[in-house]
Amino acid sequence: MPTIKLTRPKLDAGEKIYFGALIKGFFLTMKHAVKSLRGKSYGAEGLASSGLGVTMQFPEQRWDEHMPEYYRGAPTLVTDEQGRERCVSCQLCEFICPPKAIKITPSEIPSDDKWAKVEKRPLEFDIDMIRCIYCGMCEEVCPEQAIYLRKDYLITGTTRKDMVHNKKKLYEIGGVRVGLVNKWNELK
Amino acid sequence: MLDILINLAIIVTKIVFFTFLVVLPLVPLSVYFERRFSAIIQDRVGPNRVGIPLTLFGFKKDFHFFGLIQPIADGLKLFLKEDFTPDHVRKVFYWLAPALTVVPALITVCVVPFGPDVTLFGRTEKLVIADIDVGPLFVFAISSLTVYGITLAGWSSNSKFPFIGGVRSTAQMISYEICLGLSIIPVLLYFGTLNLNQIVQHQADNGWLLLPFWTDGSLSLPDLQTALFWIPAFIAFLIFTVSIFAETNRMPFDLPECETELVGGYHTEYSSMKFAMFFMGEYAAMVIGSALIITLFLGGWSAGFGLDAAIANFSIGDFQIGGFIHMGIFLTKLLVFILFFILVRWTVPRFRYDQLMKLGWVIFFEAALINVFLAALILAAPTMTAAILIIGFILLIVVTAAVIWVAKISEPPAKILRA
Repeated sequence: MPTIKLTRPKLDAGEKIYFGALIKGFFLTMKHAVKSLRGKSYGAEGLASSGLGVTMQFPEQRWDEHMPEYYRGAPTLVTDEQGRERCVSCQLCEFICPPKAIKITPSEIPSDDKWAKVEKRPLEFDIDMIRCIYCGMCEEVCPEQAIYLRKDYLITGTTRKDMVHNKKKLYEIGGVRVGLVNKWNELK
Repeated sequence: MLDILINLAIIVTKIVFFTFLVVLPLVPLSVYFERRFSAIIQDRVGPNRVGIPLTLFGFKKDFHFFGLIQPIADGLKLFLKEDFTPDHVRKVFYWLAPALTVVPALITVCVVPFGPDVTLFGRTEKLVIADIDVGPLFVFAISSLTVYGITLAGWSSNSKFPFIGGVRSTAQMISYEICLGLSIIPVLLYFGTLNLNQIVQHQADNGWLLLPFWTDGSLSLPDLQTALFWIPAFIAFLIFTVSIFAETNRMPFDLPECETELVGGYHTEYSSMKFAMFFMGEYAAMVIGSALIITLFLGGWSAGFGLDAAIANFSIGDFQIGGFIHMGIFLTKLLVFILFFILVRWTVPRFRYDQLMKLGWVIFFEAALINVFLAALILAAPTMTAAILIIGFILLIVVTAAVIWVAKISEPPAKILRA
């Protein structure tokens, strides 16, 4: 094994006395203090600071408009432009979900329905938001592009039951998603 | 008989007022300042929400007070937590230790002069609980008892990290007590008294020890002796301040409780109010330490610049209440010094343990000793002949050089690091 000899850096007298460095440090910290009191901290503008430091003060100020396109918030179900629920309850998301947050009860679509050709849809679709880790695997695996991670991040509840999103809630957050899969159209 | 009763009542009033209404509220206040100031230094906001929740009572807006109510919420939290005593501890000492850290710090309050005399209802009273003639000695004697609290906490917890913390704190506090005691000898030589109130009065008349720019109530340049004495006074101030930092276990010398190495240090096994008492003891020691530094070096309650006599004689009717203004000045200085403590904590990184010990024993101990001789030489100069002074000066230089040389050769040569 090759050895590298390292020598300690030689300190001059001023550095050994240490007080110079202390005073330099005081100036540095005080500079930060004064700057953050004036709302001029480094990066305060880019981080949309509240005027004290670089911090945004949460309930009053939100980061929403700065959120990137790829932000992964709450997983939701979406309907297409014709109001059809895209989910065909294939249960792939249920099986891929690493923390097992998704629970689907499949059901058949009756033959007199407009979308009878689709054959299946979920009767129940529950996502336990306490378990969900926002990994986005459900979105990735979905062959029907029915489940999307939207930008909602404030998911709160006072009980465990409140934290389970049922089908109605999921469609409510998800809304309509236009384009993409069109294979169930009669026209095709 | 009535006289004794009145005296007793006055003493009790003083104790309750100064200890529980002045110093104790300073503890949560300094915790609040610690959190806010550190936040501002680190470009954050800090606790600014806790206030009076008026919205609960149907009002439109909460009243925040800049979060000044936060310490009360913290205290309430600690009070309501489970007070857990682990099975493996030595119960008696485990219960005794928190009290032993907080009580000495509060006892030392009694010699701190908060202001000069006030006259109320025809009685002249000093704004000190006990105006004794051994002020600094009393403070050292009592505050060094704090080490028992920390050591007992470390030992009685019967677990390894608290034990290491306790041992560290014992070594540290005993080492720095020497520097602490030696460093103020020049100051005591200068004032010629150990009564803290008289020391402050002297500074009010003749200029603060570190700012000697007025005599007899008027601005003037100091004479040669006072000007020369500024040098040992400043050295004493530096050593004393740094030693107070080490005594109170504050950053950069908070090795007894450094989180990165020792979990929580000596109070790892403590919870709830027992932990809060350690916390309170630490901050109370900080408050008292700052008070002592201000009293000895920075003029105590005096406003300086020749304003003191006018303030002290300020009176409304028969009540000569200028003393309370002086008390306000003292508390302002105290708060500024506490802010300095906090600034140091969030600026200077923690020392290594051997560096701490080296600083105490090799540098400050010797420096304080030489400083005593230097101060004595300057103070004795007017009564001595030139020849003796020159011999003394040369001796001092020789001794200083010898001490530096010994310190240098006793240091092992720097090792070559291998990677």
